[in-house]
Amino acid sequence: MSAATDVGAALPQQKTDILPAMLPALVALAALPFVSFSTWITLTVAGLAMGMMIFIMASGLTLVFGLMDVLNFGHGAFIAVGAYLATLVLAPMAGYMQADSLAANLTALVPAVIFAAAVTGALGLAFERVLIRPVYGQHLKQILITMGGMIVAEQLLYAFWGPQQIPLPLPTSLRGAFIIGDAAVEKYRLLAVVVGLAVFLTMTLVLNRTKIGLLIRAGVENGEMVEALGYRVRRLFVGVFMAGSALAGLGGVMWALYREQVNATMGAELMVLVFIVVIIGGLGSVGGCFIGALLVALLANYAGFLAPKLALVSDILLMVAVLLWRPRGLYPVATR
Amino acid sequence: MNPLLQLSGVETHIGRYHILHGVDLSVAEGRVTMLLGRNGAGKTTTLRTIMGLWRASSGEIRFAGQHVEAMTTPDIARLGLGYVPENMGVFSDLSVKENLVLAARDAPLDEARLEWIFGFFPALKKFWLSRAGNLSGGQKQMLSIARALAEPRKLLLIDEPTKGLAPAIVAALIACLADLKARGASILLVEQNFLVARQIGDDVVVMDNGRAVHWGAMAELAADESLQHKFLGLSLDSHQ
Repeated sequence: MSAATDVGAALPQQKTDILPAMLPALVALAALPFVSFSTWITLTVAGLAMGMMIFIMASGLTLVFGLMDVLNFGHGAFIAVGAYLATLVLAPMAGYMQADSLAANLTALVPAVIFAAAVTGALGLAFERVLIRPVYGQHLKQILITMGGMIVAEQLLYAFWGPQQIPLPLPTSLRGAFIIGDAAVEKYRLLAVVVGLAVFLTMTLVLNRTKIGLLIRAGVENGEMVEALGYRVRRLFVGVFMAGSALAGLGGVMWALYREQVNATMGAELMVLVFIVVIIGGLGSVGGCFIGALLVALLANYAGFLAPKLALVSDILLMVAVLLWRPRGLYPVATR
Repeated sequence: MNPLLQLSGVETHIGRYHILHGVDLSVAEGRVTMLLGRNGAGKTTTLRTIMGLWRASSGEIRFAGQHVEAMTTPDIARLGLGYVPENMGVFSDLSVKENLVLAARDAPLDEARLEWIFGFFPALKKFWLSRAGNLSGGQKQMLSIARALAEPRKLLLIDEPTKGLAPAIVAALIACLADLKARGASILLVEQNFLVARQIGDDVVVMDNGRAVHWGAMAELAADESLQHKFLGLSLDSHQ
């Protein structure tokens, strides 16, 4: 045996690209001079909470696109369906929700969230089998059929639950706010931040520390090579699709509680934000999706307070600015 | 003796393009078979068709006695085929270690095997935890081959491993392939560099316009300049 090759010179130092990760903090600092500190705290926590919820809804979509090049315009259906499913559990347990006890509140809330996520995950399996599988590799058909799927889901929600909005009040112990100095920080928003961070950290750990995670990351970059190594990428994709649908369902429940109401069009309305976040972050990038969600939400909150008319277009302006700066998004996946 | 891999009348279409026009070739067990031919002859398409990455529109592909032409790529790979694509297919966002961990499909990486690989490609040990995207072209090629070697395979399909590499790295690859050959590995190797092919190959198949046009012993082709001119349009002088 010959060990003929040179070991090779030192590798070029990889630049740690932290600027995009700093953007949410920079945006927050840029807003500080224009509002009082207490208002800034309130707006920032509101923005972070909104961002975390959008991230939860968008993270599955970005992985689905990254892994199989599937444009799923029907992702919003899982957001709305998740919220409606939660009402099925929470309505008969209204007493628990209104009890002045955290334990009682959680007794209703936790099963509702688990039920919504589990059923939307299972619906994701059916959605993939029936609608997505026949149109792999055909983007135009994917857009048409998944949009059609969302319209059908929306109409089914109307058929089963009726056209009226369904109130979904927060449980008693999550109502109200913590007062920090002069700033009021809503309890539920803090919870949303904690849940969002937990989802992000779990996804990061799974993607970086498990073989399934390695396969997902490798599959996002080069699915064909993963198959050539003997792994069934389609099976992996189904799993990711189900997890993404379940996360959309979870996000839907959280958003509905945030708005304290459920309606059938909430999924379609949120899809605009979700797509902006996925595009800003870089298609297929979970980290980019996280940063993109925080950016969109923080900017929307600051703009909504400082210049309400600007808030109507702040997301689009942000997307234009990011894409002019980085046409493939903040953290593009290597070969995508 | 039955060949390990046999293609009979394999045709492949990519979209409306008809690329392979009835390829017949075989790879014997324990032999290194070189697949030669000009650019566009259909060599890469042949390897991709064997792996199921492009579907054969007609013809038969038998590997280890099984028909594989209708199988999916993962199922074909699981029969014991290792594939090193022309573009290397390294996962840039993953580290060297993670690339190899994925290559060891059914069990943890075998330490002794890893040391054997490091013997040829010490750069991989040095940059074990580095992001594969930061490696040089030659190091990525080493990683790509190392990935195919991470577990024992019945047959290796390697597509132009020396393309664009520095001579020192080509020498390391040749040493590695020679060692594999000495260990009785079966390899189907696409190579443009005739001098490399001549050093490693036992058998040769020459392709032209999507067909196999010559089969035989590598030594015979290496010794016969008129055959080289006829099938490859080359002169060894131009390679020396």
